Amino acid sequence: MIEFKNVCKSYGNTQILKNLSFQVNDGEFIALVGPSGCGKTTTLKTINRLNEIDSGQILIDNVDIQTRDKTELRRSIGYVIQQIGLFPNMTVEQNICVVPKLLKFDRARCRQITKELLKMLDMEEYAGRYPSELSGGQQQRVGVLRALAASPEIILMDEPFSALDPQTRTLLQDEVKNIQKKLGVTIMFVTHDMDEALKLADRIIFLDGGEIVQMDTPEQILLHPATERVKIFLGKQLKVEDHHPVSQFMKRNPVTMDIHKGILECAERIARGNVDSLIVTRDGKYAGTVTLADMRKYGHDIRTIEPITRQNLRTVNAKDDAKECFDHLLESPDGYVVVLNDESEVLGIVTKTSVAKSVAAELWGDHR
Amino acid sequence: MIAELLNTYGQSLMQAVLLHLEYTIVSVAAGSVIGVLLGILLSRFQILSRKIMPLLSILQTIPGIAFIGVLFILIGMYRISVIAALAVYAMFPVLKNTYTGLLEVEKQYKEAAKGIGMNQLQSLLQVELPLAANQIFAGIRMAAVYVVSWATLAAMIGLGGLGDFVYQGTASNNHVLILIGAIPSALLAILLSYLIDFVGKLPGRKWRKQA
Repeated sequence: MIEFKNVCKSYGNTQILKNLSFQVNDGEFIALVGPSGCGKTTTLKTINRLNEIDSGQILIDNVDIQTRDKTELRRSIGYVIQQIGLFPNMTVEQNICVVPKLLKFDRARCRQITKELLKMLDMEEYAGRYPSELSGGQQQRVGVLRALAASPEIILMDEPFSALDPQTRTLLQDEVKNIQKKLGVTIMFVTHDMDEALKLADRIIFLDGGEIVQMDTPEQILLHPATERVKIFLGKQLKVEDHHPVSQFMKRNPVTMDIHKGILECAERIARGNVDSLIVTRDGKYAGTVTLADMRKYGHDIRTIEPITRQNLRTVNAKDDAKECFDHLLESPDGYVVVLNDESEVLGIVTKTSVAKSVAAELWGDHR
Repeated sequence: MIAELLNTYGQSLMQAVLLHLEYTIVSVAAGSVIGVLLGILLSRFQILSRKIMPLLSILQTIPGIAFIGVLFILIGMYRISVIAALAVYAMFPVLKNTYTGLLEVEKQYKEAAKGIGMNQLQSLLQVELPLAANQIFAGIRMAAVYVVSWATLAAMIGLGGLGDFVYQGTASNNHVLILIGAIPSALLAILLSYLIDFVGKLPGRKWRKQA
């Protein structure tokens, strides 16, 4: 358990940490979030005494860290930094074993540790490589493993993924979360990315101006942001995730045909509607589509449209996010996507024109 | 002609080369050790180094001949005077390169070393010195090349080495003698510089090739 009791710190006249008090339970994943300069990194570094505090107390398992030897304390706490900081003169294996070696573990045990850790991330073949031979994502994986090597109970992470590309970042976030659950370690994680915090943390500490503005679970913070600042931070971070349901863009009441209707009737509807396909329903539920081309080809031999009804067109739920549906339309030759409700009833269609309209609305304002 | 020359000067040339080598190796070794140690010390005490580094630059500009002369007066006409003088000169480039090499080690490595629990000495030995090794060895190589040429000055106070030939040659206007002194010392400089390069790249050759 980590416990902050009235912790204060100043640089010159500016107070960086103002009377911080909080508790972190064993096995918790805590994210420290806030605008730059809010003191989140400073707070993190007080835990392994890279920053010394002016007043107050920090207790780890009820022991005041001021009473512990600095290097011994740091060896018992994992540390991952944004710049990764793998030593370029050491192989992956040597990097991972730095702390075990400092703790005078014997060689066989170091070997064993490296092997197990690398295996966890499927990176066994990298043991003998040098950091410069690895990609950024692989380097930071090794950075995380280095922090885990001496089986610490606490790991400090200072924006560990912010220099990685989005895909790799997502991957590493998942891996770290898995590792944390599996090993039951306590993680203190600094980030300026609210998304990341919401995704990973059991609890979030929102800092602003060196004070704790809010400390709560992601759900509670989302539901009840304590201040305007938190709200803005959430809003800014969440904008990308704005949900635009398909229903917002669809054309309602498209022409549909019952599956038992005759060919002639359908041909007439198609001609009247000046379209080249129709949506087919069975008992009011979506059954597929028929195309003009198929009708011309097989129309002479059949009476109803049932045999030529195809189910190769993409359907979406009205509540789905429009983005995916737009992407599909732009990438495929399909002219439209059929929108259904939960009961598989046809609500409307989204056409390529809808995409164009929404782009126009985004650019020049809503003029639909 | 070469056979004749070898006959006449072969033995004394051999002796001169060996003595020259002795001067060079001993003084470069001593100078390097002192240079690295002082470089480490200065890199740890920035306030001190800001006063000392300019002073060292000035000292470095004192002509070697003057310095050897002074030491000769102070200590006497011993080989140790020559070696001491040359060691001081060998020290400068090593010190400077060690100092800048250590300062140029990227902050992330120092922070990582500190953060995971290395003490100052461990950080220095396991991280900072290996990362500065390239520069330090470049300094030692430079020192060796300088010292090989400066060691010819030893002859000026009658303490032998390849300088003997050069001075005898200039005194008697004998070009052949000058070349007998000059060519081996040039070769020696090249040889030593390659040797030091090789030794310097021996450990961690692999990671440096990547960098």
